Amino acid sequence: MRIFDPHIHMTSRTTDDYAAMHASGVRALVEPSFWLGQPRTAPETFYDYFDALLGWEPFRAAQHGIAHHCTLALNPKEANDPRCLPVLDELPRYLVKDSVVAVGEIGYDSMTPAEDEALAAQLQLAADHGLPALVHTPHRDKAAGLARTVDAVRESALDPSWVLLDHLNETTVAAAADSGSWLGFSIYPDTKMDEHRMVRVLRAYPWLMDRVLVNSAADWGNSDPLKTRAVADAMLTDGFTEDDVDRVLWRNPVAFYGLSGRLDLDVAPPEATHEGNSLLRGGE
Amino acid sequence: MLSAAGDVPGERAREGRAADAHAGEESARLGAAALEASLRQRLDAGARAWLDGALADARRAAATGPEPAADAAPGARRPLPAWELAFAAAGRHCRAAATGAAPAPAPVPEAADAARVLLLHAARPDTGTLTRLYTRGSAAERRAVLVALPWLPVDDDGVPLVEDALRANDTRLVAAAVGPYAAARLGAHAWRQAILKCLFTGVPVTAVAGLAERAAGDAELARMLRDYAAERAAAGRPVPDDLHHVLALTETHAGNGTDAAPHEETRS
Ligand SMILES: [Zn+2]
Repeated sequence: MRIFDPHIHMTSRTTDDYAAMHASGVRALVEPSFWLGQPRTAPETFYDYFDALLGWEPFRAAQHGIAHHCTLALNPKEANDPRCLPVLDELPRYLVKDSVVAVGEIGYDSMTPAEDEALAAQLQLAADHGLPALVHTPHRDKAAGLARTVDAVRESALDPSWVLLDHLNETTVAAAADSGSWLGFSIYPDTKMDEHRMVRVLRAYPWLMDRVLVNSAADWGNSDPLKTRAVADAMLTDGFTEDDVDRVLWRNPVAFYGLSGRLDLDVAPPEATHEGNSLLRGGE
Repeated sequence: MLSAAGDVPGERAREGRAADAHAGEESARLGAAALEASLRQRLDAGARAWLDGALADARRAAATGPEPAADAAPGARRPLPAWELAFAAAGRHCRAAATGAAPAPAPVPEAADAARVLLLHAARPDTGTLTRLYTRGSAAERRAVLVALPWLPVDDDGVPLVEDALRANDTRLVAAAVGPYAAARLGAHAWRQAILKCLFTGVPVTAVAGLAERAAGDAELARMLRDYAAERAAAGRPVPDDLHHVLALTETHAGNGTDAAPHEETRS
């Protein structure tokens, strides 16, 4: 079984998580830039973080046989701090990099005017760079937040089919589906959304199977990087086929992030990173 | 094959600098021409056309000089120079030609690495630009900067970048850092630490340029290696073969004027 986790924050996870993910079938992941829990107060700290998502984290992932890509953005929460706004001007320098496969995660947190502006500006950046967008829908006031998000996408230059609306649940799936965007579900260990509810959603909306992505959204909070595998197992137990599982947990994320033209799912095995590169062998 | 080994003067007398610089430039030009020829053979037509365009942009940038204060005014959304865009995007444009069963060209990291090095050689960025490309570069971009250093007119200004890479835990960065530029410019202490780091992190010492020349007669390096071997033995762990290899090199005689002492005085 091959699994692509389209939304996971490996910066916050341990080496054991990488090993367990690989053992569970995870072979590719996308790490969106997000809020680190501690607010940042200067743009440079974002750049160091972006650099980690473009350097150190892919190196860590490759050691465990997992392909690592990222999405970069100014997240909605910190878009409310004027000290962080210069990040928007520096993003074009980062959005051209090879392993950046979307702008994200963007969207609403508290639905403020500053968030409106950051969302609109970054949807435009996605359109300008030929990138899709990963759009987070708010955990509080979810239905209203989704409606406002869908409006923002409609008013942008980005086609809705280049947008992944994430953190959906039973109450928002129908409206999100009507927008024509891709549909993301984050599976948590707590009450937000679990694997069994996910299976019921797939049963209730079988015609959406081509547009559904499932992720663990694992980070520094109460979360579980193996929730993608839990969904795969729950699907099989419920009678879905291996092909259905492969579609939801591999082919759909490949199709969505593949819109960028930058997905590279070949991971060099660890020994090759040491010895296989004659280019870097230097002077002997 | 990209390496500029032998192209870089090992020891530089101050009075010989101008002549050295000229010789260095010429050998860089030859090295780049050879690298470009071998890269082009591996590319499909589309990638070759991309490379031609990108190199032309880079040569234009070298001819017109750096843009004024590209980063001085954050907030002024200045578009990236075309060659810098190509430098960032090489991985998805510089694809090797399809071979055998492969239905479509696939990205080949080494092809992109080579393209990036060629772009740097053609654009001849000033130290500020080069430092920015490194410090705000992906791991692949940083490796390219490190590998290109011996071919760039940066004098000692690239040393902080090498030192930065040697602080990293990404072994591919460490391997790229210990090339001919480090062999020629790194101070004795930093160079010995780099050797030790290679042994610690499993970077094969075949990655270290000028290893035999610099290790020869280096008693301090020999002491560090023996201490490390004792530490491994005490922990019941095997001593890496590379350690014995380097230790043997320290016991050879230093060539004319290539002992570590001048480095120690001037640079550490
Ligand atoms: Zn997230």
